[in-house]
Amino acid sequence: MAVAIEAPFHVLAVDDSLPDRKLIERLLKTSSFQVTTVDSGSKALEFLGLHDHEDSPISTQSDQQEVAVNLIITDYCMPGMTGYDLLKKIKESSYLRDIPVVIMSSDNIPSRINRCLEEGADEFFLKPVRLSDMSKLKPHILKSRCKEHYQQEQHLQSNSESNNSSNPTSENSSSSTSTNSHKRKAVDEEILPHTIRPRHS
Amino acid sequence: MPTIGFAFEESIVSTPRLPIGRCTLLPLLDPSRMSLERIVSRVTSNQSRKLAVGKGYLDEQFCQVEDLQDEASPNFVEEVVTLFFKDSGRLMSNIEQALEKYPRDFNRWDTYMQQLKGSCSSIGASRMKNECMSFRDSCGQGNVEGCMRSFQKVKREHAVLRQKLESYFQLLRQAGPAGAATRPVM
Repeated sequence: MAVAIEAPFHVLAVDDSLPDRKLIERLLKTSSFQVTTVDSGSKALEFLGLHDHEDSPISTQSDQQEVAVNLIITDYCMPGMTGYDLLKKIKESSYLRDIPVVIMSSDNIPSRINRCLEEGADEFFLKPVRLSDMSKLKPHILKSRCKEHYQQEQHLQSNSESNNSSNPTSENSSSSTSTNSHKRKAVDEEILPHTIRPRHS
Repeated sequence: MPTIGFAFEESIVSTPRLPIGRCTLLPLLDPSRMSLERIVSRVTSNQSRKLAVGKGYLDEQFCQVEDLQDEASPNFVEEVVTLFFKDSGRLMSNIEQALEKYPRDFNRWDTYMQQLKGSCSSIGASRMKNECMSFRDSCGQGNVEGCMRSFQKVKREHAVLRQKLESYFQLLRQAGPAGAATRPVM
């Protein structure tokens, strides 16, 4: 039986501190994630394909493929756009809101933690982040992919059902597909269990 | 016959909190594969680190950072430490300038110091971190004198730490790659 080797999950790490970026990158790579690091919230949004004053993607050229991001981990205290601001922007974007977000902070402030969790953060790590924290990331990624997969299946089902008749729900589904297809394009390829991709190191 | 190995370990002062097995000193070295010079260097670099940890300059977090170093990333610790000093140097000169240019701007001072404290915390620089925290306390109290005193201490700890880590890495280099290869896998 062929063993399916899936592409590693891709994590976007956001931190304005240079040594911290190096550390989080190493922690993530050691835990078999593919990593991109950026030093600010606005660069994160840019990487994700979003200007920070819109909630829909920058119009991309047809041949430009977005890299799928499976999880975003961000520092809380950053100059300009804080991790909380970034979290809000992500959750406000229909295009990005399903990507799990983890907040890191060196300050243990319960009100801050609650605020982030209420805004939709999936996890809060106290810095310095440890290798043992990395094992908490994959469950969030898998949970969000299950949800997406389920939504995709629902859409496929309603599409095939509505092939012969015009149906208001099919319009809804197709519009949600077009906003999410940008992200889903790469993810689709990963969900298929028999996809074999080269390992990124 | 030099005393190396576990007998030597016991002679080093260590706090009860120092975990056994983590940041372990001498793995079993095969003397036939390492020159005496290298063995002694390895011992000295371990001692150097253990003393630094024992005296509180570095804490458990430094060990965590060391654990991330492996064959794929053989200079990781030194790279992180280099980045730390680059970053902390910059932050400290920001603070120095701010203390002069923005008198009694405790919010600004505190924000800069918070960044510096975060960096210290990330590499396990515990004594320096404590001085950063004193500074922030003084900011909270609106105590200019306290801030100035604390900042001098931060600078001093920074300099001492730099010295200690520099000699530690130098000793590691002398110990050579054979030392790294025999490091126990935790």
